[in-house]
Amino acid sequence: MKTPRTLYDKIIDAHTVRTLDDKGLILLYVDRTILNEYTSPQAFTGLRKAGRKVWNPKAALMVVDHVNSTAAHRTDRMPDAGGQRQVEYFAENARDFGIELFDILDKRQGIEHVVAPEQGLVMPGMVVAAGDSHTTTYGALGAVAFGIGTSDIEHYLATQTLVYRRLKTMRVSVTGPPAVGITSKDIVMEVIRRIGADGATGYAVEFAGDTLYAMSVEARMTVCTMIVEAGARGAVMAPDEKVIAYIRGRPRAPRGAMWESAVESWHLLKSDADARFDRELKIDAADVAPMVTWGTSPDQAATITDVVPHPETQVDVTRRKADLRALEYMGLMPGTPIASIPISHAFIGSCTNSRIEDLRDAAQVLDGRKVAQNVRAIVVPGSTQVRTQAETEGISQKFIDAGFEWRQSGCSMCLAMNDDVLKPGDRCASSTNRNFEGRQGAGARTHLMSPAMVAAAAVEGHITDVRKFRSGA
Amino acid sequence: MEPFHTVTGPAAPLLAPNIDTDIIMPKTFLKGVDREGLDVGAFNLLRFADGKPNPDFVLNKPGYEGCRFLVVGPNFGCGSSREHAVWGLSQLGIRALIGTTFAGIFNDNCKNNGLLTIVLPPETVAMLAHYASNPERNTFTIDLAQQTIFLDATSEEIMFDIDATRKDMLIKGLDPVGVTLEHADEIRAFEALHKENQPWFF
Ligand code: SF4
Repeated sequence: MKTPRTLYDKIIDAHTVRTLDDKGLILLYVDRTILNEYTSPQAFTGLRKAGRKVWNPKAALMVVDHVNSTAAHRTDRMPDAGGQRQVEYFAENARDFGIELFDILDKRQGIEHVVAPEQGLVMPGMVVAAGDSHTTTYGALGAVAFGIGTSDIEHYLATQTLVYRRLKTMRVSVTGPPAVGITSKDIVMEVIRRIGADGATGYAVEFAGDTLYAMSVEARMTVCTMIVEAGARGAVMAPDEKVIAYIRGRPRAPRGAMWESAVESWHLLKSDADARFDRELKIDAADVAPMVTWGTSPDQAATITDVVPHPETQVDVTRRKADLRALEYMGLMPGTPIASIPISHAFIGSCTNSRIEDLRDAAQVLDGRKVAQNVRAIVVPGSTQVRTQAETEGISQKFIDAGFEWRQSGCSMCLAMNDDVLKPGDRCASSTNRNFEGRQGAGARTHLMSPAMVAAAAVEGHITDVRKFRSGA
Repeated sequence: MEPFHTVTGPAAPLLAPNIDTDIIMPKTFLKGVDREGLDVGAFNLLRFADGKPNPDFVLNKPGYEGCRFLVVGPNFGCGSSREHAVWGLSQLGIRALIGTTFAGIFNDNCKNNGLLTIVLPPETVAMLAHYASNPERNTFTIDLAQQTIFLDATSEEIMFDIDATRKDMLIKGLDPVGVTLEHADEIRAFEALHKENQPWFF
């Protein structure tokens, strides 16, 4: 009898070119990569220096997303000379190595993790590795996906493989109907809070459970994207009919008879019923409330009805110090109700929450309401296609009417590598994934939450419970 | 890649948990197209205040000049995949990091750049941090071949584990792409079969 296997193991097995030691080190074949302008240049320089070619240029896509402006009317000039040089070198590399490039004015441009699924570039059963930690996003499509550094980008480009150590597996099962107004962002933030910022270090996480399967593919992407904040080195979810429907007809999706055989094979992609995971985590969706971070690590989070914690209650000394330091940086007093913290900025965007459904959800909260007077609110669609669609659906108008700036696509204030930078002391309700010190600008303070929660905070001028907006109260 | 044999020098403690790569290499230093000039970037917001060295940051304190090793808190290197963090640490002269856990992508980046990461149990890391915190007793010697950390202060020798492939790469300073390309035929054969099974991937 065959040993039962997890989906992760099946996909990794199917991509193993050779075994390199007896402890799980393998040469792993990688089907796809997506390159951005800031983590890839040194990889191409490495290839140039060694006189190496790209193994399969068709398996890669290059997208400008991190350094570009997101101003409503933008040109192909970057906001600063460094960014400009990166984008120019990026284009040079695309041309010289024969890789398709979506540059800044391309209708298909956007954040790489929004663009790749949009193009049908990622399919169930693939292994995808790319030079950005949030590559885990593609787990939602049934691919094993993970981020790599620049040296490994170079290795991938030259060999179509990576020297890879097999991970331990963790299954996160979310079950039951979620309470009204709870998004997949709240679910993944709850997971991170429970297991900690290193809770999934060394693991590939498989998401399971009826709650997530009842949600859309886009909502699942949010979960897979953000699990990297718990240290997960890969994410995967068995594909279902929704995934298949999501991929059908996309530019790079197979067609005709090949589509039929592809779908047939995708139906087989799941963990065996009795497969053993190294760790199991079960979450009852009914226990999840809207989540907000209060600190500078994504696991320093609380529910909206909670208060800023008292570090003294933290038994672990190192954690206590970290909590104190976080509160100092964040300028927060223990015991302050989360739902009272005033904000100066509201940001909706990032690969975690900038897809059309995220925008629809936030727009619904904003409908007929206005952004509070002292709040600057910005919405940055995940891709130029999302932007266009939102304009067609009239969602952009709802944002504009409420007082949000309606921007072009890019990473923008998620990491503030372009000109969207907060000032010291600014406090931002943000639909992004990292609340690190200085992430959105030196000295700036970030509170992570769902896009709907950001919209609600923008309206009230302080962090607030979106559920009262949902019930029409 | 600079091979790692035996390195002697001061160690410094940086024990906060979850020191992320945004802290190790702030975004303002990510605008290059090469790997150069990142030593200024490393821990920039902690090392400097108003353009001057911040006297409170450990690496600016007496006894930490020429620091070679960092004893770090759990989950060091979490967050962004930016390899610039590792390039910056190396350019600062750091040759090894000692901690309880390292974030995955960061750890791989270290391996690819000759920066040794040593994982030890919390008690041992705490003991090493104790010595690293005392600028008069913070000289360590790390011998990768022997897998030992030698403490000058006490003449104690601490053993560590490291996987054989990683050790080999670090000691020899190998070019991993070159090593893999020795298997190019095998990759090609695998690819042909993979394409037959899943033509829609191609
Ligand atoms: S949106 Fe933010 S997290 Fe996502 S790829 Fe861009 S910078 Fe990284």
